[in-house]
Amino acid sequence: MTRELPGVDVVLVGFGWTGAIFAEKLTAAGLDVLALERGPWRDTAKDFATTFAQDELRYYWRHGMFQETSQSTLTFRNNSAQTALPMRHWGSFLPGNGVGGAGVHWNGQTYRFLPSDFVARSHNEERYGRLPEGMTVQDYGVTYEELEPHFDYFEKICGICGKAGNLGGSTVEGGNPFEGPRSDEYPNPPMEMTFSQDRFAAAARELGLSPFPVPSANMSRAYVNPLGLQLAPCTYCGFCEKYGCGNYSKSSPQTTIIPVLMQRENFTLRTETEVLSIETAADGSRASGVTYVDTSGETVFQPAEIVVMCAYPLENTRLMLLSGIGTPYDPRSGEGVVGKNYCYQVMSSATVFFEEEFTNGFVGAGALGMTVDDYNGDNFDHSKLGFIGGGYIACHTTNARPIESHPVPEGVPGWGSEWKRAMRENFLKTTTVGVHGASMAHRSNYLDLDPTYTDAHGRPLLRMTYDFTLNDRRLTDHITPIAEEIARGMGGREVKVNALNGSYDSTPYQTTHNTGGTIMGSSPADSVVNRYCQSWDLPNLFVAGAGLFPQNAGYNPTGTVGALAYWAAEAITEQYMRQPGPLVQA
Amino acid sequence: MTGFTRRRIVQSMLFGGTALVLPSGLIAAEYGRGEGMPWSPFKGEPPYHGTHADSFFTPAEREAVAAICARLIPSDDDGPGATEADVVTFLDRQMAGFYGRGQHWYMRGPFAEGTATQGYQSRFPPAMLYRNALAELDAYCRTRHDAVFAGLTEELQDEVLTGLDEETLTFESVSAKTFFDLILKNTIEGFFADPIYGGNRDMVAWRYIGFPGTRYDYRDFVGHDGAPIQLATVSLTGRPGWSAP
Ligand SMILES: Cc1cc2nc3c(=O)[nH]c(=O)nc-3n(C[C@H](O)[C@H](O)[C@H](O)COP(=O)(O)OP(=O)(O)OC[C@H]3O[C@@H](n4cnc5c(N)ncnc54)[C@H](O)[C@@H]3O)c2cc1C
Ligand code: SF4
Repeated sequence: MTRELPGVDVVLVGFGWTGAIFAEKLTAAGLDVLALERGPWRDTAKDFATTFAQDELRYYWRHGMFQETSQSTLTFRNNSAQTALPMRHWGSFLPGNGVGGAGVHWNGQTYRFLPSDFVARSHNEERYGRLPEGMTVQDYGVTYEELEPHFDYFEKICGICGKAGNLGGSTVEGGNPFEGPRSDEYPNPPMEMTFSQDRFAAAARELGLSPFPVPSANMSRAYVNPLGLQLAPCTYCGFCEKYGCGNYSKSSPQTTIIPVLMQRENFTLRTETEVLSIETAADGSRASGVTYVDTSGETVFQPAEIVVMCAYPLENTRLMLLSGIGTPYDPRSGEGVVGKNYCYQVMSSATVFFEEEFTNGFVGAGALGMTVDDYNGDNFDHSKLGFIGGGYIACHTTNARPIESHPVPEGVPGWGSEWKRAMRENFLKTTTVGVHGASMAHRSNYLDLDPTYTDAHGRPLLRMTYDFTLNDRRLTDHITPIAEEIARGMGGREVKVNALNGSYDSTPYQTTHNTGGTIMGSSPADSVVNRYCQSWDLPNLFVAGAGLFPQNAGYNPTGTVGALAYWAAEAITEQYMRQPGPLVQA
Repeated sequence: MTGFTRRRIVQSMLFGGTALVLPSGLIAAEYGRGEGMPWSPFKGEPPYHGTHADSFFTPAEREAVAAICARLIPSDDDGPGATEADVVTFLDRQMAGFYGRGQHWYMRGPFAEGTATQGYQSRFPPAMLYRNALAELDAYCRTRHDAVFAGLTEELQDEVLTGLDEETLTFESVSAKTFFDLILKNTIEGFFADPIYGGNRDMVAWRYIGFPGTRYDYRDFVGHDGAPIQLATVSLTGRPGWSAP
């Protein structure tokens, strides 16, 4: 039996990065906000202390803080002719769980997408002609200029450390000359770089490229954010991505927002409550609230005036499908929208092996790196290249955690004495030049409900049908050789290229940059939400996260995810609260 | 009256927002309502690391596993291997715990073989995969070479393991390749994990490769400029000199 609770103004489904952002803005506007989080309470003192946070087996290999696949996972296949099978344990990506979500164990590489990324279809068609059939790339419906103040605010909340390259239209030395105009410099200076970044930057300059520091959510100095919360200097501990930070040095919901929320009387958080569905009012005109189950197994109906989905792209999409909101995408007809345009990231790299010099990878941090943007987005001429988009090329030093990182040169076997020796010889003497490629939407890549496999509650799992597209392959074939060229200029003994070949493989870790499924756009025919991230079907339902991206750019997503969340929160407080209803007429 | 509460009244007229009134104790965990960050001592969850009592392998299995690990990461002139690091104890404890039981993994059927890109699809969780594979491995070695795996010469052991790795040798009940990939991965884990888990004894593997372990502050070394960094190795339980004379 479902128990019904008294109503609230806003219910947030999921309490990670976007949940915290909405909670802060909507409580500040006076709304009574309730966040429902599937996982447990987590914070620095209790869960990421420096006496045990750096436990590689526990947190990465035994998935200490990630969603448990035994509760819910997804099924995967490369194309619709195959039968999807469950991801029995995680590999390619690592969905978060618990307060702070994946914001606890991210790296903190915090980019803004390029202005042209938001108008990917119109911009590229104008410059290069019609996009190929089947490429379902589209414009966001919101522009870089509109998002700029929100990028700026998210960077200030996080205390991002970087160097502006374009201040109000004027190019600034040392930053990214290709970025969109910024209203302000980064709140903190870049991190101090190590040997590998110095070599990378020199080699890139040699090739006429423009290296700049990776915008980092690992603090280069002590910082107080606009909410009054303090962050401490990063200690380059080398246990950043996949781990919580024990130093209050990595921007996360816990370090930048949650302590303030916890002071507010109009904020409530319930943990270990999993939302099962978004409920629709009898007349179909609005969401009436959500149904959740807590650890006792009791199901509860929580009425709300506004529902915001902050449960990460994969779960947001599944909840919409399970709740029957919006038309599910049909890859045969190309009609329908929920689950459409699932995209990912197209990764490749070149590893440099040094003979004399030590790279000392254990002196690392999640977003410690130098990067070039010369081959990202439409920063280079794509005429006759047969693809659109690009990627950044970067040299990061994030860690030398030995279970995870043991690069050995070409030709070394995977086990035995020879492997062991090569591991010892090279462990502290390698670095990687990586390509972080964009992933363009294609009609054949999508999310829907699996017909066979169910979760711990007996409900269908999400099914992912995904493979790299022709655009992806041409992109990586064009840009990986440039990464290799930079790598060869870094003065090492040898270089090993890790090209992207074959089908997408769900087993090795790549990135947790799953995008699409609940995309935004200008018309209900081709998007789930409008430019304010508001459902076309239920005007009191808003969606957050990278699921909004119609296609993924050549950057890490969270800078843009944060900006979109602030943009949508502002639309709620400035427009919707004044006049509840659709903010865009369909 | 703060702007905050004034706005709150305004919105209440808009939304008819009702403050939550809940009977306490009904919900597993609720926070907020201006109470500040919750904290109580000793609430952090300890890791499962396994103790002497946590054992899964039979003596024969343990012997086979130790022999396999010793070939995957051999002890040689260059330095210690899985034997010195006591990787078999790590594996025994892991198999006895949530990992071996596949407790956090999705283990519902139906089961199908799948493509390589679909990952682990065995119907068995790790511990039972090991058990089945080890039985077949020893049976194979007995038929072929008249001795269990642990009793073979190192050359023959390498040959058998290569057969598993390259899929020229297959098993009936489980995939030999899945077993090989898993035990290789687990052996590397045991070699390099923190010593609290039973392997990497005395941090031998970390010292061998020059990893300083679980230190948390390298600010003094960021400007190393390609020079080696000499630091004593530290584990989660400390290091000799701190925790023992
Ligand atoms: C290892 C790793 C490294 C990363 N590094 C970077 C990086 O360097 N740069 C970058 O830009 N991005 C990075 N990311 C991605 C970044 O973490 C995400 O973009 C960001 O956290 C997304 O915010 P979100 O609010 O959409 O989801 P999350 O922060 O994951 O929050 C979603 C929350 O919803 C909860 N939830 C899900 N379903 C339900 C349900 N049914 N009911 C209740 N609660 C639910 C989850 O438990 C979770 O807490 C990384 C991610 C990972 C995992
Ligand atoms: S690298 Fe820096 S920000 Fe990351 S976990 Fe370590 S101390 Fe924290």
